[in-house]
Amino acid sequence: MSAVPDVAIVGGGIVGAACALECKRAGLSVEVYEQSTVGGGATASGMGHVVVMDDSEAQFALTHYSSTLWRELAAELPAAAEYLPCGTLWVAADEEEMAEVHRKQSFYEARGVPVEVLDAQQLADAEPHLRTPLAGGLLVSGDCVVYPPVVAQWLLDQAGVTIHHQEIRALADVPAGIVVNAMGAAAPRLSPGIPVAPRKGHLVITDRHPGFVRHQLIELGYLKSAHSASGDSVAFNVQPRKTGQILIGSSRQYGAEHKEIDREILTRMLRRAAEYMPGIGALTAIRTWTGFRASTPDKLPLIGPWAGREWLATGHEGLGITTSLATGRLLADLITGRTPPIPAEPFLPLRCSP
Amino acid sequence: MTGFDLIVAGAGPAGIAAACRAAETGAKVLVLDNNPAAGGQIWRNDIPALWAQRLSNVEVRGGCSVIDDSILAHGVPIVLATGARELFLPFPGWTLPGVTGVGGLQALVKSGFEVRGKRVVLAGTGPLLLAVASLLRKRGASVTCIAEQAPRSALLRFATGLWRYPLKIAQGIELGGSLLGVPYFTDCWVEEAYGRDRVERVRLSGFEQDCDLLAIGYGLVPNTELATLLGCTLQDGFVTVDAMQKTWREGVWAAGELTGIGGVERSLVEGEIAGLAAIGELTEARKLFSRRAAWHRFASHLTGAFALRPELRALPRPDTIVCRCEDIRYNDLTRWTSAREAKLQTRCGMGLCQGRICGAANHFLFGWQDTSVRPPASAAPVSDLMES
Repeated sequence: MSAVPDVAIVGGGIVGAACALECKRAGLSVEVYEQSTVGGGATASGMGHVVVMDDSEAQFALTHYSSTLWRELAAELPAAAEYLPCGTLWVAADEEEMAEVHRKQSFYEARGVPVEVLDAQQLADAEPHLRTPLAGGLLVSGDCVVYPPVVAQWLLDQAGVTIHHQEIRALADVPAGIVVNAMGAAAPRLSPGIPVAPRKGHLVITDRHPGFVRHQLIELGYLKSAHSASGDSVAFNVQPRKTGQILIGSSRQYGAEHKEIDREILTRMLRRAAEYMPGIGALTAIRTWTGFRASTPDKLPLIGPWAGREWLATGHEGLGITTSLATGRLLADLITGRTPPIPAEPFLPLRCSP
Repeated sequence: MTGFDLIVAGAGPAGIAAACRAAETGAKVLVLDNNPAAGGQIWRNDIPALWAQRLSNVEVRGGCSVIDDSILAHGVPIVLATGARELFLPFPGWTLPGVTGVGGLQALVKSGFEVRGKRVVLAGTGPLLLAVASLLRKRGASVTCIAEQAPRSALLRFATGLWRYPLKIAQGIELGGSLLGVPYFTDCWVEEAYGRDRVERVRLSGFEQDCDLLAIGYGLVPNTELATLLGCTLQDGFVTVDAMQKTWREGVWAAGELTGIGGVERSLVEGEIAGLAAIGELTEARKLFSRRAAWHRFASHLTGAFALRPELRALPRPDTIVCRCEDIRYNDLTRWTSAREAKLQTRCGMGLCQGRICGAANHFLFGWQDTSVRPPASAAPVSDLMES
């Protein structure tokens, strides 16, 4: 192997790992820099939810394509990756949110994504621990849940690339043809001026309560709260783990830079969860933690060339696990000049340059 | 929490001593413990009459978990006396029913667990093996042998140093009397436990022994989770304190096994000093320094004699479970280089106990130090986290 690799990826999270594997498969020589633990950043602190989203055509295209890649990968993943094809159940509290269920239904169906509308009774049957009455819900059965740190390490093992456990202070110091900044919310440290801001989240995990929750459950009120561009928000968002444990989320905060638990927002988040699942308060909480999403102004990631030999693969906000696999594919296609399976333009970082 | 002059977290000997000394000066003291009743591990259901009497003027809230550092928001000084748990080292068969910690078995017996007629093997290290053997015999168990991993030479050095601690000699004579006829082996440890549905037989260094119960005691590990969440400084796994038992975190004192392992007398005197110091009675606290110094000497004497031997690191087989909550085996861990990496890749330490058992075992086996603590300080109902 030559002394200088074609591609160096800085950041050993799931996005960096997927980029490493796809570049390697495209015939490039690849090295990875991770100063700490593989998959130890947002990859470890997120929920591991793979979800097809419909905020914009570009977001749909990326999440839908990536979700297909996840289903293809499922059979190969090690058991420790905890792949759970539980689907997403969007929960509607009232008739206004039920209208949103029908809007989503036609959006997804028009694009070939299988969905099922549940009425109040069907929702109660599907998730007996939800409060009654609720209006209904939308089941997206192709969505799934994984345990991301194991997947990140597995992708790197598949790639068989060298991992340098050292801190990079400047991308210019990295010997490689192309240097990819895949540092998530920390990416602006090495690429000053990119439009990425940390958005803090809190999660709680419980002891094993198998069957208490059966699908990834998200309130449709989430659309009102999570997508507001500023201000702190919480939403009912709970997830069954393969172990029987339950992850309880979610919160979003701008401008919060410390990783300490914010008791006020944690309290709000859990009270919101208890509004939807009154029994949740009686479960045993074993750990709470925080993490930082890499958010961008237009809610789309930055994938592609930025300046000189500096490329970006960051800005995935809360969808980094979902879109990691597609990001790797797009990045490798852009580097090698192949035609990407979906249009890459909406994600090119240069859309954001002044 | 407002309306109190002092909060004490932990109702074992150190916490009780801190609370009583402070309360006796007229301070209003609140003691919190996650067990239903006061006593801690060592005095469970069995608080000495003198301390029980003194504690009767103190408010004790049992079944109460402290979540995080919001307890400091009230501005009330706090004494941490959260004690220690047992160190479990994995060996083949250690997860069989009937294999317990020595301290765990002691607590069970004190809570009424019937051992009459049962054959018990005690193995591990330190004087707790003898104390528990004595208790078991009094309750009608047949202690078939005591296996002490320390070498005979270290024990002799320890014994000849004991003349400085007359109380310990007296306790030793009493113990010796109650243990007449029990085989006591040094340089001896459990290599494997066998049994179909529960432990039936153990292999020790050089011989095998039938038994109904196997109690293991490799020493204690301090419960530093709450201290860490409150921002106290730790060194070598213990909370750092000054002469007044004050931690590096303003408004927080620590006493007992949080600051070092060394027995109940050490915990008591540290607790008394912490309780007095935390409410500003520094002159009274200073009067106890010489007594504390003596018990600190005894503690270092103890630690030196019962140091764990390296052979114990070689006991787990590839398929021996290390993390019981998540069923993680020894060979699942050998690829990784840190506690965090092992945790993220195998879920070791991510279950109900949050690494309170396997964390210390992995520290001994691999040298890993897991310093990550997140609220709640111990598992708690989700609803407890909803209270702002």
